[in-house]
Amino acid sequence: MRRRMLPGFNLSLGYSLSYLGLIVLLPLAALTWKASGLGLGGLVELLRVPRTLAALKLSFGGATLAAAINVVAGLLVAWVLVRYRFPGRRLFDAVVDLPFALPTAVAGIALTALYAPNGWIGQWLAAFGVKIAYTPAGVLVAMVFVGFPFVVRTLQPVLETLEHDVEEAAETLGARRWQIFLRVILPMLVPTLLTGFALALARAVGEYGSVIFIAGNIPMKSEIAPLLIVQSLEQFDYAGAAALGVAMLAFSFVLLLLITLLQRWSRRWAENAP
Amino acid sequence: MSRRSAGWPRMLGRGLLTLAAIAFLAVFLLLPLATVFVEAFRQGAGAFLAAVGQDEARSAIRLTVLVAAIAVPLNLVFGIAAAWAMARFEFRGKALLGAFIDLPFSVSPVVSGLVYVLLFGAQGWFGPWLEAHGVSIVFAVPGLVLATMFITLPFVARELIPLMQAQGNGEEEAVRVLGANGWQMFFRVTLPNIRWALLYGVLLCNARAMGEFGAVSVVSGHIRGLTTTIPLEVEMRYNEYDYVGAFAVASLLALLALVTLAIKIALEWRYGDELAAHAPGGR
Repeated sequence: MRRRMLPGFNLSLGYSLSYLGLIVLLPLAALTWKASGLGLGGLVELLRVPRTLAALKLSFGGATLAAAINVVAGLLVAWVLVRYRFPGRRLFDAVVDLPFALPTAVAGIALTALYAPNGWIGQWLAAFGVKIAYTPAGVLVAMVFVGFPFVVRTLQPVLETLEHDVEEAAETLGARRWQIFLRVILPMLVPTLLTGFALALARAVGEYGSVIFIAGNIPMKSEIAPLLIVQSLEQFDYAGAAALGVAMLAFSFVLLLLITLLQRWSRRWAENAP
Repeated sequence: MSRRSAGWPRMLGRGLLTLAAIAFLAVFLLLPLATVFVEAFRQGAGAFLAAVGQDEARSAIRLTVLVAAIAVPLNLVFGIAAAWAMARFEFRGKALLGAFIDLPFSVSPVVSGLVYVLLFGAQGWFGPWLEAHGVSIVFAVPGLVLATMFITLPFVARELIPLMQAQGNGEEEAVRVLGANGWQMFFRVTLPNIRWALLYGVLLCNARAMGEFGAVSVVSGHIRGLTTTIPLEVEMRYNEYDYVGAFAVASLLALLALVTLAIKIALEWRYGDELAAHAPGGR
């Protein structure tokens, strides 16, 4: 092992660890410490308030549903972008990154203007009696928006390397296109789709800026968990904010672990493919 | 034979799928972007210019540039140091360090702001000491910088680590054998090899730093003219029902996003090989 052939090991590692420790780990430790002061009983007590429970339910339920919608829409868009050639394909490929690039507050007010009862989309839906802005459906729309690129960008490289031989073999054997898709292609994409789902979910659960404008923030109805953290802080209820914050942090950790395992699985899956 | 007879239904299927995908992208992604500019110019260019030229808007722009000008270079140096350690050496706990670097991406922006309030706020760990010494971090510019640093910490490191791992140690070891010292090696070999990926990472880092809302909102205190960055100015105007003003300022951020996207795509097309494969992400 020629590990010390190159200089700068102590300097670079020492600097990165100190910086990471000061900016990320120490502050996260402060949050955990603050929440642990409440004890598990106190923590549960603070989270069991009906208004908090409703917000947690909307955040997690909405994010799960949004991630599921994104898996379907993302698969469609990734498939079309990788498999078909049509004018403007590169432009539409670039458009996929918009939710990454557009600041969340900007996306938030734009979505609200679009889906409000007098907006371009909202007035059209209002004719059918459908209300999106200032309802839980609005929360869902914003969560779909922010999570969408994760699924497409996870799927694209995998779809590009997918072997055509298996499909052709199935076709020679007389399988129809939809049979090939459901029985041959879809099973190969399962780990990737799950990774995309988890990434979109992680993003949507913690999302704040693009959601709060369109949500209308009606207590018990369209309030998300991050908003309650902000409100607790505004009322100097640090314990309540810390309890909610640590619950969301724990969920992020679990998802991060899951995503790492999923990525390892899909890599092994790809390597073992014939 | 069977292929030819299946020809036109398959073409129809492809056409329908393509149309559905384009429709989704247009309605869900392009329409919101278009809305920003349409709403900003709803009352004409004069109203737009007046809204952008107001003192609050100017000070928000100055503050946003200041925060990014501090946070981005610091994360640039961190990114290079972390990538050097991760890509050039083997050590125990390397996988864990990699996971910690990615951590800010999976933490809710609001939680990222909250942790600094718990550290430096009036009731926080260092709150009383800071107050006694007349230093304010939360509800002041240092808090905005810290929250922005937290949020944008992974961007540069994340671009550099896979690239430098793929490039290997060979060239740097060769110039060391030829007698170059550490800094000569860094500036003549390492830096030129990673320059485009570095630019790419800085670009994404800067876009996020200037557009960050959630984390900054928690630590800002919304003091007009003092602690409001552009995204916070958007929020305040919107909540005051000044829609043209909100969208006018928001259009500046949308423009920044478009320019960032354009440079990003240009870099990917021109220097794709020198950027290496990167994982999806980068919120």
